[in-house]
Amino acid sequence: MEPIYLDHAATTPVHPEVTKAMLPVLQEVFGNPSSVHHFGRKARQIIDEARRIIAGSIHANEKEIVFTSGGTEADNLAVVGTAMANRDRGMHVITTQIEHHATLHAAEYLEKQGFEITYLPVGSEGKVSVEELESALRDDTVLVSIMAVNNETGMVQPIKEMGKVLKGHPAYFHTDAVQAYGLMDINVDDWNVDLLTASSHKINGPKAGGFLYMREGVQVSALQYGGQQERKRRPGTENVSGIKGFQRAVELAVENRSERQQKYADFKQTFLQKLRQENVQFVVNGIETETVPAIVNISFPGTNVEALLTNFDLSGVAASSGSACTAGSIEPSHVLSAMFGKGDDRTINSIRFSFGLANTKDNVEEAAGRVASIVNRLAE
Amino acid sequence: MIYLDNSATTKPYQEVIDSFTQVSEKYYGNPSSIHRTGAAAERLLWRARQQAAELLDVKEEEIVFTSGGTEGNNTAIKGIALAHQKRGRHIITSCIEHPSVLEACRGLEGLGFSVTYLPVNHQGLVDPAAVEAAITEETILISIMHVNNELGTIQPVEEIGKIAKQYPKLHFHVDHVQGFGKVPMPLTNSGIDLCTISGHKIHGLKGTGLLYAKKGTHLFPLMHGGGQEQSIRSGTENLAGTVSLVKALRLILEEQQKGKQHLLDMKERLWSCLDKTKQVSINSPAGHAPHIINISVPGFKPEVLIHALSEKGYYISTKSACSSKNEDVSAVLAACGMPESKSSSALRISLSYHNQQREIEGFCKALGETLHQFSEVMG
Repeated sequence: MEPIYLDHAATTPVHPEVTKAMLPVLQEVFGNPSSVHHFGRKARQIIDEARRIIAGSIHANEKEIVFTSGGTEADNLAVVGTAMANRDRGMHVITTQIEHHATLHAAEYLEKQGFEITYLPVGSEGKVSVEELESALRDDTVLVSIMAVNNETGMVQPIKEMGKVLKGHPAYFHTDAVQAYGLMDINVDDWNVDLLTASSHKINGPKAGGFLYMREGVQVSALQYGGQQERKRRPGTENVSGIKGFQRAVELAVENRSERQQKYADFKQTFLQKLRQENVQFVVNGIETETVPAIVNISFPGTNVEALLTNFDLSGVAASSGSACTAGSIEPSHVLSAMFGKGDDRTINSIRFSFGLANTKDNVEEAAGRVASIVNRLAE
Repeated sequence: MIYLDNSATTKPYQEVIDSFTQVSEKYYGNPSSIHRTGAAAERLLWRARQQAAELLDVKEEEIVFTSGGTEGNNTAIKGIALAHQKRGRHIITSCIEHPSVLEACRGLEGLGFSVTYLPVNHQGLVDPAAVEAAITEETILISIMHVNNELGTIQPVEEIGKIAKQYPKLHFHVDHVQGFGKVPMPLTNSGIDLCTISGHKIHGLKGTGLLYAKKGTHLFPLMHGGGQEQSIRSGTENLAGTVSLVKALRLILEEQQKGKQHLLDMKERLWSCLDKTKQVSINSPAGHAPHIINISVPGFKPEVLIHALSEKGYYISTKSACSSKNEDVSAVLAACGMPESKSSSALRISLSYHNQQREIEGFCKALGETLHQFSEVMG
């Protein structure tokens, strides 16, 4: 059976236009951007242009973009870097129970360094509450790190409202926007964020690319030391072709944003409608109207994640039980546990389907049909 | 355009680019995903790891794929320091390491570690006896590069490895970024616990590299997250980059076999012409790395010469592309005890297996003409 990829929140295929943009750079522009000669200057120009375009995509200044090796590095730089650089101002950090592991494990590291971390809870709808954030804020809070869109449920978090709350507070505000970038119109001033993480391979760019937006004046300690690259905030010879590919992916994402939003929303409806038609028992986790169109997380009562995923895979449907980054193991999702409580059935019978470049209305409907017959068989 | 700055970066092999694009297109899955798209990616990653291990003659689990040399060096140095600080807080390195080693060490000084920066002799050589003499009860790490990036000096890592072996409590890290594919350095039984390799210095892609970490070496990660790469390096794996890196490893090792004499011949030709040019003095020690020659042209500003040579189509550099803080003076040459007239007028010519004898001859001619023109102007 034709394989159908419904796991775009884990990673996405590289857009052919992206590969096309990278090829000439790989072949011709191989200089080290730090070299002063022709080869170096050519490479430098590519990075400068990419920085300008990418900064524009979130309404930032190009000086505020630090290229990294991906989302994990950017999250670590944001969380560990700002906390460590500002520890004399306070040692309290606020984040949430539903962050990506890059943020959560960075926060755990800070705990070992003597920081106090508040992990904001979420209700069963999977949304962080602005009031909870407000009441958790303290004079010694130096950093607030809250994701823009949850990677498992697709729930959009009230970043803009939180930004307003934080306006009068000296704490830095970081948002992991990996799942939002490319799908939402992001304006860092409008959101009032000081730091923002984005990743290339989630938006049809090459892997090992990402950036951290750092508002001018934000103090961070670098994770790595070395040359003068990225104004010392991220040393190492720049991945010139990767940055070019990321730029192209960003351009494509921005150009077709509303069209894609519409398309993915349509895919999601097609998918859910087919399940209903086939009389599948299911509940959408989170509030459907408050999720990004590309992600839907569905609980299938009476089933089990492992059996579901194995059977989906055998039928050619690639989906996931949540974050792919928990390295192969199927543990109950920490996000769903935070929403429903540990031990709730939904933490072990829910699947994330995520739409993207590899999908058409037809293959989404076809996938839903396969999912329906598997679920109906297993749930009997 | 003749590119003689291969220590700054190299042109990727076409085969490397091909494997990158093919893997990008066909294996886009996340290796951590459990479905077949992910599993196919994971299998390919495993195969790449196996091949890398085979090429380096080490075990699969000893390979950590990184985003490059800087990350490899930082992971090794900060990783050992933070994981073993209870045992001791002393590090030994040399004063002519790459900035990613020196700055990592300085960063650790800020955290309360003490660092011995060993001096070098006029050839840029670290004395193994000085390494041994610097070891204390507190020493947890020795970090010495194999081939110096500015001079081409080959450090006595084999001897230092033997010394390191006698102190099982400490770790020995070698920055092999400039040496790999040019100057062999066996890892097995070497006393080396950690070794950094970068992709873009061996005709691989930028943003790729690997760190060899001997089995049982405990490292504290630079980045926290999904636990990829044995939890030493979290983050979705750069599968296409990794496969292309392994391709570059294989190709450069093949070239090392086949092209060794060609490289030496070119260097010899270059050496003899530079030696005959009266304004030039050669800084690189004779008989060291086959691909790097460092010279000084006292009285000439290096940028001026670089510019004039590039107008004639020849591209070389002043010093490390990564260190441009103090405009002219090379910290490496200064550490070798060279006077400022030399340390501030240094040029580096670095070759690859792909250069040709006629390019070397052309360069010698261009340099001669340039110096002649300037000498006349300066009267």
